[in-house]
Amino acid sequence: MSAEAVTPEVTAHEGHRTSLGVSNTKLAIWTFIGSECLFFGALISTHLIYVNTRADGPGAEIFDIPFTSVSTFVLLMSSLAMVLALAAIQAGDMRRFRLWILSTGLLGAVFLAGQIYEYTVFFAEGATLPTSPYWSSFFLLTGFHGVHVAFGILMLVAAWASSMSGRLTSAQSETVENLGLYWHFVDIVWILLFTLVYLIPAG
Amino acid sequence: MAEHDEDAYHPGTGEYIQIGIILAVLTAIEVVLYFLGIDQRISTPALLALTAMKFLLVVFWFMHLRFDTPLFRRLFFTGAGLAGSVFAAVGAIFYFGPQ
Repeated sequence: MSAEAVTPEVTAHEGHRTSLGVSNTKLAIWTFIGSECLFFGALISTHLIYVNTRADGPGAEIFDIPFTSVSTFVLLMSSLAMVLALAAIQAGDMRRFRLWILSTGLLGAVFLAGQIYEYTVFFAEGATLPTSPYWSSFFLLTGFHGVHVAFGILMLVAAWASSMSGRLTSAQSETVENLGLYWHFVDIVWILLFTLVYLIPAG
Repeated sequence: MAEHDEDAYHPGTGEYIQIGIILAVLTAIEVVLYFLGIDQRISTPALLALTAMKFLLVVFWFMHLRFDTPLFRRLFFTGAGLAGSVFAAVGAIFYFGPQ
């Protein structure tokens, strides 16, 4: 069979179906998310093990809860923008899709900028990676989450650029759905971190 | 029976906005609970309950697990369940282990 004969089929059914009747790419992203649960579960548990090992360094009292609450709100709203982007592309409204996908990326960037600012405040207060096991596990956990957010922003910008060049159309809405699944996963990890790492220890 | 997600129902814009508003309100309640400074024996379970509600709202509505094929639910909750087991094991070590 020639490549020309295959290409239209691939474009129309972008996510090939498995023998289970589900899309390969969606199955892959859910498997990835399942494994990521374990990754972050291990990091959160490690942080809880070290929650009382602050040596002579500062503890949770240096958290700025109002500031982190605003960051949390921003990330939650980015998840809302992401589902609105998905609804727009599924409806074939590419102008609205580009608006919402760009909003999602911008809100993610605001969250990330807040996290970097928060780190500079912690460093100034004497809380750095080698300060104590508590801060090592804190920076490892929140740092890995930040890397996930940064990677997500890159993918959102790539999706926006692809739609601008016409390579991403409403026929490929499943690509946006998979990107959304990753973004929402990053959001649910933060929902847990906000309570377990910030609110409860600082309360 | 084949598990098909091709025609899976997805909520509309209005429903997504409603969920977004509920998430914002739950976050606001969490922050208010923190600032009220009430006994941790009350505030900690309340905060955990609010977090669980937010977590499930995002997972079931924004990630469409409520409407998608059960296979994806199983994949996600296997990972999340194992992560929860690690978390519970650590908690048990601290609670029952030598001081």
